[in-house]
Amino acid sequence: MNGKRFTAFLLVVVITFGIIGATTPWLLKNVRLGLDLRGGFEILYVAEPLEAGQAVTPDVLKRTAESVAQRANASGVAEPDVTTEGKNRIRVRLAGVANQEELRKILQEPAQLTFRSGPPDFKTIEMRGSDFVEHGATVGFEQGTNRPMVQIKVKDPAKFQAITKRLTNQPLAIYLNDELLSAPNVSGEISGGTAVITGNYTLAEANKIRDTINLGALPLKLTEKYTQSVGASLGQQSLKETGIASAIASVLILLFMLIWYRVPGIVASIALISFTWLLLAVSVLMHATLTLPGIAAFVLSVGIAVDSNIIMAERIKDEMRSGKSILSSLKSGSKHSFRTIIDAHVTTALAGIVLYIIGTGSIKGFALTLLLSIVLNILTNVFFSRWLLHMIVRSNLAQKPGYYGVKESEIHAL
Amino acid sequence: MRYNFKFDIVRHRRKFFAVSIAITLIGIVMLAIFNLNYGVDFRAGTNFDITVGQATDQAKAADIFKNAGYDPSTLTVGGTNNDRVTARFDKVLGQADETKVQAAFKAVYGDKVSMEVNTVDTEIARDLAVKAIYAVLASTIGIVIYVSIRFEWRFAIAAIISLLHDAFIVVSLFSIFRLEVDLPFIAAILTIIGYSINDTIVIFDRVRENLRFAKLKTFDDLAELVNRSIWQTMTRSINTVITVLIAALCLFIFGSPAIRLFSLAMIFGLVSGTYSSVFIASPIWLLLKNRTLGSKAAKPAVEK
Repeated sequence: MNGKRFTAFLLVVVITFGIIGATTPWLLKNVRLGLDLRGGFEILYVAEPLEAGQAVTPDVLKRTAESVAQRANASGVAEPDVTTEGKNRIRVRLAGVANQEELRKILQEPAQLTFRSGPPDFKTIEMRGSDFVEHGATVGFEQGTNRPMVQIKVKDPAKFQAITKRLTNQPLAIYLNDELLSAPNVSGEISGGTAVITGNYTLAEANKIRDTINLGALPLKLTEKYTQSVGASLGQQSLKETGIASAIASVLILLFMLIWYRVPGIVASIALISFTWLLLAVSVLMHATLTLPGIAAFVLSVGIAVDSNIIMAERIKDEMRSGKSILSSLKSGSKHSFRTIIDAHVTTALAGIVLYIIGTGSIKGFALTLLLSIVLNILTNVFFSRWLLHMIVRSNLAQKPGYYGVKESEIHAL
Repeated sequence: MRYNFKFDIVRHRRKFFAVSIAITLIGIVMLAIFNLNYGVDFRAGTNFDITVGQATDQAKAADIFKNAGYDPSTLTVGGTNNDRVTARFDKVLGQADETKVQAAFKAVYGDKVSMEVNTVDTEIARDLAVKAIYAVLASTIGIVIYVSIRFEWRFAIAAIISLLHDAFIVVSLFSIFRLEVDLPFIAAILTIIGYSINDTIVIFDRVRENLRFAKLKTFDDLAELVNRSIWQTMTRSINTVITVLIAALCLFIFGSPAIRLFSLAMIFGLVSGTYSSVFIASPIWLLLKNRTLGSKAAKPAVEK
């Protein structure tokens, strides 16, 4: 027995499990759970221009999605998840909402930006969202003081000129829906069609006002196409049940590998645990959302990972049966099995890449998980497990063919 | 384990072809007559969830709908005090209909009536299904090209037939047993396709390897080679499907009801995937390859 090599093997295993054990609680806490696992509701909107003839550009769609997220935020929803899909869809996922009906109403309403007069209540509406040029608001700096200010373009300069003339030295309040954003004083009659909002704004505040005005002027109408809601307790129950199912499956798979493949089984188990941890870690770092089908895909990718170990272990057994020594069986076995695994993986990955390019929504997510698990699988269940197996074999600790699941009687003379 | 008793798989290929063709035909007939049992994602319609503020029963609620001129396809009464009426319409109702239904219920139960209306547009789900079909067809082209380069085109054809076979078997089984098809079902089909191609390629890789040193003169030589390759990879084929089946079965038995049908589709697909890799894909390759042998005298050995 070569004690040095075996110590190296033990050290690698201890360090690997140490890292896994130390980081897993943090990872599990930071997994983003989908609505089906924590409760909440999901709406898919189709966006249409408010006025006929206008087009829904990707830019406008993205800004509308940002506006929807802002509104959800404003109504107190934590971490609203708003994404655009395809040419004209917006998907909204919200967790922990008390009053769904009301929120849905708020989200769907086009933001109404108004300029109002008549302090202190500002009851008179002077200008509406449709009076402003879309995306016409910009942030500039006042000459001299260099303070940030917001410039707005109006569609009809004459109308604005008349209003500012009438309201000189009076406040003109800017409202988003019923919320007062600011009430700057009109400094004088404005003729060029550009309004300037000044105040003691920081750059961040000025940017926020600009965004609000630009978003408020968006001409997109949102129609609900699909809604789904899951109660919070139901989601937690699903998570618990699926978690238990995954744990049982993992234990059974590891037992199967240990009993059937002995030494390569031990190595496969270590590699499989590392693979699962790595897949979890990368998913968390990529901010991927874990959903029920996601957990299923997760467990399934473990199946593909087991396959790599099985192909290699079977191949090594074949080589041993042909009479080769354990070390040379390991060498030629991993060489031959590597080609098999690569061809199988590239073919599967090819399907994954095409699915990713063509698919949308959950198809894309599925394809991404598939591609990710293929790459990580080659790292852990091919290279890492081969390395571990090498260390064990070179330590001369496991010399009997029985340790590799091969009966002496099966071995042919060379 | 070595398999000492080696069943001649390729000689019995016609039986396996017959089984697959039979299931496929039953599937086509079932699909033509009954179609799939589409879940909520694929059925357009409007759902009403009405809280009426007092105990009621199904007959009463049905009457209200009937008097207002509506006939819901399903109608249930539930809630803690039997005060919740749930109605589903297979067609999409507009705002005017919603107001009418609300007015009808208010006329009976007073102002305490509150409604939640959900409208599902099938456009989204159908769009995804169509996209999935396109994606699968496009990826089969990719697979054909890659396998043709790395192996040869005959392997590609055989692999694709077995892949489509597996996807169709699962769709057929869902139609035959009237199981509900929803969005996760599409994910399951995609997973099965990924598994099927992976499973087939490993056997083909062994065939390719054995071909390198083989001297093939007759159909029987070729058949022997295919049989040998299948049996050399048999332990792997079985052990891999066992481990993945363990995972799918655990999800089916212990998992949440939401993924039960997904797991069931996976179980069907895994069994079919392994079956088709061994019993369908390899014999198909054999038949395609046999034409290149040249010696016309070598007639395929027909099972007795």
